[in-house]
Amino acid sequence: MVTVFIPTMLQPITGGVKQFDCEATNLRQVIERLDQLFPGIKDKLVEDGRIKPNLAVAIDGEVARMGLLEKVGENSEVHFVPAIGGGAC
Amino acid sequence: MPGPTHVQATINGEEVNFLCEPRQSLLEVLRDVLGMTGTKEGCNDGNCGACTVLFDGRIIDSCLVLGVEIQGREVTTIEGLATADGLHPIQQAFLENAALQCGICTPGFIVAAKGLLDEEPDADEGRIRHWLAGNLCRCTGYDKIVRAVLDAGEKMK
Amino acid sequence: MVANIVLSEVEYTHIGKRPIRPDGVDKVIGRAQYGPDITLKGLLHGKVLRSPYAHARIKSIDTSQAEDYPGVKAVITAQDLPFASLSKEELGAGYQALKFASDHILAGGKVLFKGHPVAAVAAANPHVAEEAAKLIKVEYEELPPVMSVLEAMADGATLLHDDLYTSSLGETSQTASNVAAHARYEKGDVVQGFDEAAVVVEREFQTASVHQGYIEPHNGTALWSADGQLDVWCSTQGAFTVRSSLANVLRHPVSKIKVTPMEMGGGFGGKISIYLEPLAALLSKKSGQPVKLVMNRVEVFEASGPAAGSLIKVKMGATKDGKLTACQAELALDAGAYPGSPAMSAAMCAFACYDYPNGLLDAYDVVVNKPKTQAYRAPGSPQAAYAVESVVDELCEKLGIDPVEFRLRNASKEGTRRIEGPVYRRIGLVECLEAARSHNHYQTPVDVQPSGKLRGRGVASGFWFNRGFVSSCNLTLNPDGTVSVVMGSVDLCGTRASIAQQTAEALGIAYEDIKPSIADTDSIGYTFITGGSRTTFATGLATINASQDIKQRMIERAAAIWEAKVEDVEYVDAVLQHKSDSELRMTFKELAGRTLTTGGSITAQCNIDPPGEGNSFAVHIVDVEVDQETGKVDILRYTAIQDCGKAVHPSYVEGQMQGGAAQGIGWALNEEYFFNGQGQMTNSSFLDYRMPISLDLPMIDTVIVEVANPGHPYGVRGVGETPIVPPLAAIANAVYQATGVRMQSLPITPGKVLDALWSQNGS
Repeated sequence: MVTVFIPTMLQPITGGVKQFDCEATNLRQVIERLDQLFPGIKDKLVEDGRIKPNLAVAIDGEVARMGLLEKVGENSEVHFVPAIGGGAC
Repeated sequence: MPGPTHVQATINGEEVNFLCEPRQSLLEVLRDVLGMTGTKEGCNDGNCGACTVLFDGRIIDSCLVLGVEIQGREVTTIEGLATADGLHPIQQAFLENAALQCGICTPGFIVAAKGLLDEEPDADEGRIRHWLAGNLCRCTGYDKIVRAVLDAGEKMK
Repeated sequence: MVANIVLSEVEYTHIGKRPIRPDGVDKVIGRAQYGPDITLKGLLHGKVLRSPYAHARIKSIDTSQAEDYPGVKAVITAQDLPFASLSKEELGAGYQALKFASDHILAGGKVLFKGHPVAAVAAANPHVAEEAAKLIKVEYEELPPVMSVLEAMADGATLLHDDLYTSSLGETSQTASNVAAHARYEKGDVVQGFDEAAVVVEREFQTASVHQGYIEPHNGTALWSADGQLDVWCSTQGAFTVRSSLANVLRHPVSKIKVTPMEMGGGFGGKISIYLEPLAALLSKKSGQPVKLVMNRVEVFEASGPAAGSLIKVKMGATKDGKLTACQAELALDAGAYPGSPAMSAAMCAFACYDYPNGLLDAYDVVVNKPKTQAYRAPGSPQAAYAVESVVDELCEKLGIDPVEFRLRNASKEGTRRIEGPVYRRIGLVECLEAARSHNHYQTPVDVQPSGKLRGRGVASGFWFNRGFVSSCNLTLNPDGTVSVVMGSVDLCGTRASIAQQTAEALGIAYEDIKPSIADTDSIGYTFITGGSRTTFATGLATINASQDIKQRMIERAAAIWEAKVEDVEYVDAVLQHKSDSELRMTFKELAGRTLTTGGSITAQCNIDPPGEGNSFAVHIVDVEVDQETGKVDILRYTAIQDCGKAVHPSYVEGQMQGGAAQGIGWALNEEYFFNGQGQMTNSSFLDYRMPISLDLPMIDTVIVEVANPGHPYGVRGVGETPIVPPLAAIANAVYQATGVRMQSLPITPGKVLDALWSQNGS
């Protein structure tokens, strides 16, 4: 089972549910499952068929690089986090 | 606006003749008239030292001198330090001590350091820090620059 | 005196050595071509006319006199930019509403900061362009400027944008607001956490806008040909982000834009956005000639950079024996005129050094009438660490626990869950803290203070992600046995060296036999910016992978030459050999010399978006001396300790740590934007915006802690961001130890110190 952690700001949609387990093999399926149970949540995460700008998805601590096509493992953890930039030198 | 003025000067040991407008700074003349872009512009108001050159052996900010002012004088720029035999000891020391990061301030620092070490090759850390106070570097925190100048001083003794 | 220490776990042939950088000679003799050094046949020079007001409506622009001025070839205003909607496009290192990006380039209806471009002129030389720009008549209706996050967030505040709404994870506010975004992160229950605490400290901190301070001003040169081909030369951290930004703002296909990155005179995050490039492009399109624009220093200060000013409230609680029970912060970072402050990364970094059960973070991205803020080395993290590490210091004092010991008791380590969710893999904060505790600096008491001077020591920690992102490289085996490495990563400070070292290590050949170079956007696959401490890691991985491919191709070639099976040939220490026939043996160079007559060149490429980011932590120790008469703070001794993973070129790693520390020292003590009552910056020169000079600083000792990153074959993490994070709080904590006063606003100027000392004495 994939464990999805619901961001604090989306918990009103889930009625306070903070974690959600589902069967899925990629991120698109994860979000579809979420939306089946908590209608409307997909619109908060996805725009024009891609993860919203300035939002990133971390799967087992790695930021998803394939967008909605990113694979999730059998016991993966999925987190929605802000996207970040940078600039060292 | 007065027309261009003819100027004759010695730059890096060679006699140079050029025309420049009276309002053009030496920095502008070096870069835009003579195509010597090794001397860098960081602020154009004398506060960063990126455009440091030697003017009759003294370090100056070339943005604060007019091109016409070098008539009959001697100017040394970063392009004049290395010879066919190789790099100047200060240039070599900067490489070996990793004293440059982005490198934009490097020509100014090397020319400024030459102005010091030509006179005082045994300058200590405090003296070097004082001397280089007019040259800004934003990458290194000055640590490796000061070490490079100390190192070059040893080699130039 | 202790100097630079490398705590190494593994030794390699090339990794960890200190060779001379491949681009070094060109840079010490003045031959290296930086952005402003370029010249082209028929080159025109541009000048930008900028707003004198921080906030005003443009009523009219009359360019006729400028157009008629002798020598002027083109004049542009916002009218020359294509229509831009509010759709979000990739611009720079993130996504931004196209309309905002477009307005930022050239103001349309309103100017939103002093220095906002309003028009631009191209002429035969820079002086003529400047004279002509002054002839453009702009009629403004002045509006009240909004300069602080507090003002901007207040009910009834003057709005900068009537089409900006607060977005909070998909939710959008009903009414327009100066708050562009709000994010909240939570774990456990902070109310309960604070109840369990024996000591709770709650404080509010402010930091001023500061500039990245690169010595090379922004520049851009463009040639727009009659067939629509647009060539651009500029100083940038990422040629591909310039290309995509230009494509979006100019509505021009990427296939018709070629960006050539020149040598770059410092960026620190500030050279990711486009400023002059689209203006040069439009002026070139209009004049039919190449156009170069270079900012002067006033323009750099007033219209580029700065890093976000901040207002941060932090509350932390701990038990008697020094275990954190709850951490809470509210962070408002000013974005300048358009959305995009690093508020969210500030929030994620705030408590990243700590393992705590209960946490709550609220972050706000707020627009104000300042230049649009840009990334600056670990964006958001220094401001957050200043607040958090100051509160930690106060907790330590109240609990009577040594500050390094307290941090060790609460340190994040492998398995600690971050507040936004992910769990740390192998990280080296504990190792850094242990290195700090045992360092000669920490073990030696603060020197006795001379009369009239107060001395103290401060400690602070810091964090940055070091995420990977996309990199590309092409490798070519040359007939003389050297290898050319072409990459898309711009070299800010030793990139060529660190990539050459990794290639040499992977192939097992000499460092001198690697020839690295940087390509334009037509000649290499997409590569993200050099920044975020990603390049040595991600571009390094790209070259290592491509090197493996080169080896395989060489094995195949040797097998073909020997008429042997591929699986019977192996590559050992840069020698091709047959596994069972010892007669069949060729060195790397011998095979290279035969490639052209045995099927042609051997090349390999790699495009990579690697997982395995190596999070980086630092601990800094500083001793300061405060002059009671003048309030001036001097740095007596400074030690920077950081887990960099494996240091590829330790000299340049030390240089990053020293340079980051120096910038942090400037941020803590000297640097700030002064705005007058009209929102106009009044210190836009290096004389009045006081960055550290050589005389201000001591040697900066470093300790490189090498906790290998498991996500990279040599253990590389990245280094450049983290060293700017701890200095702000370390210095504030040292000033407290010296004076007994907590400095809750940066910079810690002599005036503030004197005020604090006097009010402490009641005089």
